[in-house]
Amino acid sequence: MTASNQSSRAAPAGGTRDGRRDVIVRWAVISLLLTWLALPIVPLLIWSFSFRWFFPDVLPADYSLRAWQYVFSPTSGVLQSLRDTLLISGGATLLSVIIGVPAGRALGQYVFRGKSIVELLILAPIIVPGIAVALGIHVLFIRYGLANTLFGVMLVHLIPTLPYMVLVMSGVFANYDTSYEAQARTLGAGPIRAFWYVTLPAILPGIVVGGLFAFLVSWAQYILTLLIGGGRVVTLPLLLFNFATAGRNDITGAISMLYIIPGVVILLLSARYLTGNASAVGGLGRL
Amino acid sequence: MRIALLLGPALVVIAALFLGGVGLGLARSFNYMPIIGLDDPNLDAYAWVLTDEDFLLSFVLTFHIAFTSTVISAVLAIGAALVLRHTFVGKKVITFLFQLNLTIPHIVGAVGILYLFSQSGFFARIAYAAGAIERTSDFPALVFDPYAIGIILQYVWKEVPFIGVIVLAVLQSVGQDYEALAQSLGANRWQRFRYVLLPLIMPGVLSASVIVFAFTFGAFEIPFLLGQNHPVALPVLAYRSYTDVDLAARPEAMAMAMVITVMSGLMIYAYVRLSRRYLRAG
Repeated sequence: MTASNQSSRAAPAGGTRDGRRDVIVRWAVISLLLTWLALPIVPLLIWSFSFRWFFPDVLPADYSLRAWQYVFSPTSGVLQSLRDTLLISGGATLLSVIIGVPAGRALGQYVFRGKSIVELLILAPIIVPGIAVALGIHVLFIRYGLANTLFGVMLVHLIPTLPYMVLVMSGVFANYDTSYEAQARTLGAGPIRAFWYVTLPAILPGIVVGGLFAFLVSWAQYILTLLIGGGRVVTLPLLLFNFATAGRNDITGAISMLYIIPGVVILLLSARYLTGNASAVGGLGRL
Repeated sequence: MRIALLLGPALVVIAALFLGGVGLGLARSFNYMPIIGLDDPNLDAYAWVLTDEDFLLSFVLTFHIAFTSTVISAVLAIGAALVLRHTFVGKKVITFLFQLNLTIPHIVGAVGILYLFSQSGFFARIAYAAGAIERTSDFPALVFDPYAIGIILQYVWKEVPFIGVIVLAVLQSVGQDYEALAQSLGANRWQRFRYVLLPLIMPGVLSASVIVFAFTFGAFEIPFLLGQNHPVALPVLAYRSYTDVDLAARPEAMAMAMVITVMSGLMIYAYVRLSRRYLRAG
């Protein structure tokens, strides 16, 4: 399917029979692809509204809002889990922005000795799987009382989110022109004023997109939370897993829908920044 | 000095958490942890793990999962990117949907695959309605199966858009000039793909594939949910021995974590080599 579908723009398209066949094949491939991409979400959505859906019914025998009522009931713990997940991911994002933006500037704008080693150190946590790091660090978290706490989980989420933020920001700063900042300084602005009024507005879109995606990286963590949270910190993915293995497909479906909303919203907010620029997407392989 | 101030906090955090985690894991895999009285390092855990049949079966299974998922994802992603790169009506919407799947966490996709492909899942029900099967056990085992088909399906679902978006970005920056030139020289469609486009996109495809391989080799929750009971994927085996009631099994868990780290170290090496070559070529 690779070579046959790439009709060249140089070839006469549209009117000819060959061009029309290309268009049909292309749309067939696209429909198939998009169906496949959407397919796993469909049963989750249907399950969340189902009441009875036994084999061999292709569609539920009865529908109800039972699962959704459970999810939004103050006593079920789902909302509490949602709050904890938001706190952890929000905190990890905030810390990543504060620590990651200056580091991104250093990597994006300066050449210095040992830079390639620093870059390697930033790249490594993005590629090395969480479980390999978390098993080792667990003993340290237990020793300092960070295991089984929200703050501990937030800290351990920095392992994937911070390097990601640094990478995105180093890309942003590599394209940032420092002459405006220098001009502000010659006009008498101090370093803080120059940063606040000149640098920050220029890099803000980068910070926002990088931060939103760092949030998603934390939002998707499973094994780091499971190990460091020790079963005490139950974020949405852990809750989702518990209901999935307990066979409560309706509640699993409803939690899944709740859980994917931030990603959809974030993509809607940042889609225009992403076209033709893979740097923000680069870290999403980990989600 | 200024650089040290800018970089300092990030390096301290990454060194403490990441290098600390890997370093402590390494020490523990040698059964060396002076703070709890273990001050006589040895290689017992490695000797045990590397001759253990369960470990070897897990390693082979995990390699199969990572390799197969990566190759299928890369091939489909190249095809998808080649189709998607042309400007036509609705391209924006389609590219958006293509990216949407990137934001959906793996665990959601894994549950979705479970509900689609299990023996009482959506496709089994359709097969029943079509008269192809009479009971659930007639439906082929596509999840919890020895070939890890469900796990691979989930990874392919998730990683095709990931590699695809990267290939699309490369294709956009390459433009159509080289192809047009090749065509004017008489290259047919296959030749234009094989000798013009493929070499141009290959560095991007390979570096994205390296990330996918490292991820699929070390990911935990997908094989934890969709995998069979025995043998399990390596991250699941490491987690199981770590949480084993017998604390003596912990050095073995750490040794397995180190095997995963070494595999991803190889991937980082490959990634750096590839991106340097890419920079030189570009």
